[in-house]
Amino acid sequence: MDDSASNSQALVPTLDGHVERRPKNTPAGVLLMVLKWMARAVVLVVMVDVVRILVTSKTIEWGTVAHYLTFGAILAGALTTLELTVAGMAIGIGIGVVLALMRLSPSTVMNAAASAYLWFFRGTPLLVQIIFLYNLASFIQRITVGIPFGGPTFFSWNTNSLITVTSAAVLALGLNQGAYMCEIVRAGILSVDEGQMEASLALGMTRRRAMRRIILPQAMPVVIPPTGNNAIALLKDSSLVSVISMKELLYQAQLIYSAQFNTIPLLVVVCIWYLAMTTVASVGQYYLERHFDRGSTRTPPPRFRTRFGRNLTSILRPGARMGSASDVAAAAQAGQRSGLGS
Amino acid sequence: MSAHSATEQPLLRLCGIHKRFGDNHVLRGVDLELAAREVVCLIGPSGSGKTTLLRCVNHLEVPTEGRAILQGELLGQYTRRGRLVPLPPRELAAQRAAIGMVFQHFNLFDHKTALENVTEAPIQVAGMSKHEARAIAGRLLESVGLAEKAHAYPRQLSGGQKQRVAIARALAMSPKLMLFDEPTSALDPEIVGEVLDVMRKLAHEGMTMLVATHEMTFARDVADRVVFMDGGVIVEQGPPSQVLTAPSHERTKRFLARLL
Repeated sequence: MDDSASNSQALVPTLDGHVERRPKNTPAGVLLMVLKWMARAVVLVVMVDVVRILVTSKTIEWGTVAHYLTFGAILAGALTTLELTVAGMAIGIGIGVVLALMRLSPSTVMNAAASAYLWFFRGTPLLVQIIFLYNLASFIQRITVGIPFGGPTFFSWNTNSLITVTSAAVLALGLNQGAYMCEIVRAGILSVDEGQMEASLALGMTRRRAMRRIILPQAMPVVIPPTGNNAIALLKDSSLVSVISMKELLYQAQLIYSAQFNTIPLLVVVCIWYLAMTTVASVGQYYLERHFDRGSTRTPPPRFRTRFGRNLTSILRPGARMGSASDVAAAAQAGQRSGLGS
Repeated sequence: MSAHSATEQPLLRLCGIHKRFGDNHVLRGVDLELAAREVVCLIGPSGSGKTTLLRCVNHLEVPTEGRAILQGELLGQYTRRGRLVPLPPRELAAQRAAIGMVFQHFNLFDHKTALENVTEAPIQVAGMSKHEARAIAGRLLESVGLAEKAHAYPRQLSGGQKQRVAIARALAMSPKLMLFDEPTSALDPEIVGEVLDVMRKLAHEGMTMLVATHEMTFARDVADRVVFMDGGVIVEQGPPSQVLTAPSHERTKRFLARLL
């Protein structure tokens, strides 16, 4: 169908609807208008005040913030945060794919094991899992690979030597992420039409090859957006490992402010770094999504800047509507994503 | 019954195929033989078991009872200590590779171009070199009239073009037998012809074909034999001139009367 034709057709009834529905010159309409403008004024005043506090506050000490923003320990902490995120996501995706295949397998044992894993890691707080894993040595003294029930032992390690601060932090984040990735990968696999597997089998592929060559690649457009969301969530949640004194961004800041008593400036530094990293990650995710979306739509969605710019205009001009269909779709997708991610 | 099958052994033999889905008894003992180079059309009302029978041949559905035998080789099962047990996945896959299948809804790989759809199985399953597979795929796409669409993705193709790519994809594995599961039922009437033409050409080239279809003209013109199914059994079969124009069973008469 021709784009411009369908647009103009769709616009006419919408515009009519607006004109009819907008209250004009009736007492109720005037009151509503006054209330709307008052609400906007209040919000504007609050926003200005927040900025004023940020700029003029004596406790923030912008000089200190500027000094610590590029301080060596803080930079090292930010780098560690990034490393934790990458390692946690890598482990999480690996575990997630395996769990998803277990959940989809016809075997009851596989299914039950995967469900139990999900039940535990999604049903207990990440903070508790981190502390638990860090203290694993007092629960299981040795980790042994061998034949159980009195069979021979192949490998055996002292848990205390395996679980360091770093390994506990990475493992806890990864194991927890795996539970969430499982559901994302599973939804992705289920989104691929059954006919794709049947056609693959009919051509003589094994299930495993069909999964790798045909199904998983087609699940990517469904898997990528919530995965990016999870990565951004993990970037922030990695601050939880500061409780086992993992030297990431927050812990480095805590080390400094507990000695220097400049708590607020350092927390501002931490916030600036997290905001910088999540913003870059969001832009990166946008382009990743666009790349993987190629297979499913004929016209690519607008560039990030254009979309951002349009949203900004609609915020600044309260009367303006988020008009285009792609905006609505993007908003709907975003809503769905946050639902999956949480 | 067929002119070919008098002396040589049949290419495909289905014996006593039953299929149950829970309480639903879809196939109730089907026996069917196909000679090499024979074209057999399965006709019958929806739910008569045509599709299920086709899927039982390459074990996309495992028959509850009965056997399918291709050139003397039992499909999907083997005998161990006097009992029939399912074949290991790898060997079943090898058997399926020798049987081409075309689906009602095409099932092209949407993330691959037409050419990649055709080369996928030869490279991945048959271990053919990329170069060789591309050359063969090019020739196959040309023979279905789609040489210029080699680098188009399925979403850029019409239904008829998709189905022709799907036929080329199945032919790329040089199958001994081709199964067609209502290949034109999902197509607009005006583009049904282009798919039937390709199938007609294939039949003339001597491919053995088992075709579930509602296209009576195609059955009359191309089939060596027409098999009418209803209620999970074969009601009657014979040359198209006999089954389609002078059916002997009441059920066949009623079915054909509804179509005309």
